[in-house]
Amino acid sequence: MNRSQLLGIHARPGRTLRIILTLLPFFIVIAAYLIASDIRLTENPSDKLLPSFDSMIEAVDRVAFTADRRTGEYILWQDTLSSLSRLALGLGLATVCALFLGLNMGAFPGFAAASVPFMTTLAMVPPLAVLPILFISLGIGELGKVALIFLGTFPLMARDVYMAVRRIPTEQITKALTLGASELAVTYKIILPQIMPRLLSSLRLSLGAAWLFLIAAEAIAASEGLGYRIFLVRRYLSMDVIIPYVLWITFLGFAMDHCLRMIIKHRYKWYRSE
Amino acid sequence: MDESKLHIEDVYKSYDGKVILDDIDLKVSKGEFCSVVGPSGCGKSTLLRLILGQEFPDRGRIAIDGEPVGTPDTHRGIVFQRYSLFPNRTVLDNVLLGKKFQRGQWWNPFHRNQDDIDEAMSFLKKVRLENAADKYPHELSGGMQQRAAIAQALIMKPPVLLMDEPFGALDPDTRDELQVFLLELWEQQELTVFFVTHDLTEACFLGSRLLVLSQYYTDDRGLDAPGRGGRIVADYPLPSVANSLEIKDDPAFQRLISDVRNAGFDPRVRQHVSEFNLTHSDSFQTVLPDEYSQGTGIRIR
Repeated sequence: MNRSQLLGIHARPGRTLRIILTLLPFFIVIAAYLIASDIRLTENPSDKLLPSFDSMIEAVDRVAFTADRRTGEYILWQDTLSSLSRLALGLGLATVCALFLGLNMGAFPGFAAASVPFMTTLAMVPPLAVLPILFISLGIGELGKVALIFLGTFPLMARDVYMAVRRIPTEQITKALTLGASELAVTYKIILPQIMPRLLSSLRLSLGAAWLFLIAAEAIAASEGLGYRIFLVRRYLSMDVIIPYVLWITFLGFAMDHCLRMIIKHRYKWYRSE
Repeated sequence: MDESKLHIEDVYKSYDGKVILDDIDLKVSKGEFCSVVGPSGCGKSTLLRLILGQEFPDRGRIAIDGEPVGTPDTHRGIVFQRYSLFPNRTVLDNVLLGKKFQRGQWWNPFHRNQDDIDEAMSFLKKVRLENAADKYPHELSGGMQQRAAIAQALIMKPPVLLMDEPFGALDPDTRDELQVFLLELWEQQELTVFFVTHDLTEACFLGSRLLVLSQYYTDDRGLDAPGRGGRIVADYPLPSVANSLEIKDDPAFQRLISDVRNAGFDPRVRQHVSEFNLTHSDSFQTVLPDEYSQGTGIRIR
């Protein structure tokens, strides 16, 4: 019997077809944009809503490869650097705190009793709702933005780590104890290395949230940054800058996600294959 | 204190008011291969968890080498059916781990002791895994994983090796192979083994002593008396099997198995407590004063 390549639940797309199907939606979106943009620009050449590729390339050249006349800086790279450092600081702190808190919550029932209900409550607080509090108490400098990213990602990651620790079979803990491990050794030598890949997966999932909070914080109060720039040029309807910025942010997010996935795949070969 | 490796006296355990273990008395001498069988729900896993220190008895005393047991520690080795190996470590690292804990060097990633590595390799050779030292557990077959787990436990030279259905997840051929292998290892290393299984043939083939734990028995309290749990209904020495699988087809061996099945596995056939075959030289039964006060009037011997 012939197996369909495309239709039905038994379909098994071949290699070429798979590549074509992968590219298809991207191609459709780009084509639709080009057509719409062309229609609008023929009607009104000064239309700003759907700029042509040419004007976007021109705008990218202006923000990325030409030094700013006033400051002598390259705006895109400066924005990228400050956004990424906020992201790294916020997510880095959240990851380290989530690891140690989640680890101890999972390993020590007494510690869990004191912290799990609190963390569950904390995870329920919408981070954007506390943004004003953060800005008022921590100022509108770097600290407020980093704190927002931290608060937005840390509770869920800690919970994820906690669950990962709880999923380690009790047999493993018992086995380690019969091999002479102390409680400290069980926590940091047996459990910790086993949840590292899970922590990185959790970090991957938190990337989206972290970007959301970063852009939000920058939109409200900042003097540079990717989110700040988008909301700044919005006033001039500069779609030719906004669209490349959005694509750039998407690419950065994609690249970070891919790096983490590769680290998990190569560094933790035993993960998933157990 | 007596010389026995494992000493259990008057042990009771219940969960949510349901009695699981009902007055367990047990003594295991050095070098004994003690097989524990019983129908499901008889409490054999509970008994193992009590010895292991994962749980504590409601009443009674458990001692290893004369010392009361607490939470799990190096006084007993354990091989589980699954999850005995740490998935993030190579086979060699898994075997070395106990040594690292022993030397207090577990936190030091640069610590390397050639003597320990040599010893670990010699244990891997004993379980015929010297060529798989650098493999991760998921790269091994089920039988190889269990052999690695045995080496991992044995390197700590535990006074008692506890095994909780260690071959239960293996296919029949691998299981046979590992049974013979374990018997050889037991003879070479003079191990004291406490082997829990639900497989009667396995129990009778491996053990030098057979313990049958069962909730299917009667006493003078009546058939449906509440608060009755699993008890040792048979305890006797087993003949040596000369490490040959052929004995499994021997009529005498099969008769032995059907005897055991009758003694403890059939809810319709219930032995009276006074009929238990407790002929092993280490077997003993104490009678608690409150068994008299309950008015049962029986004396268990």
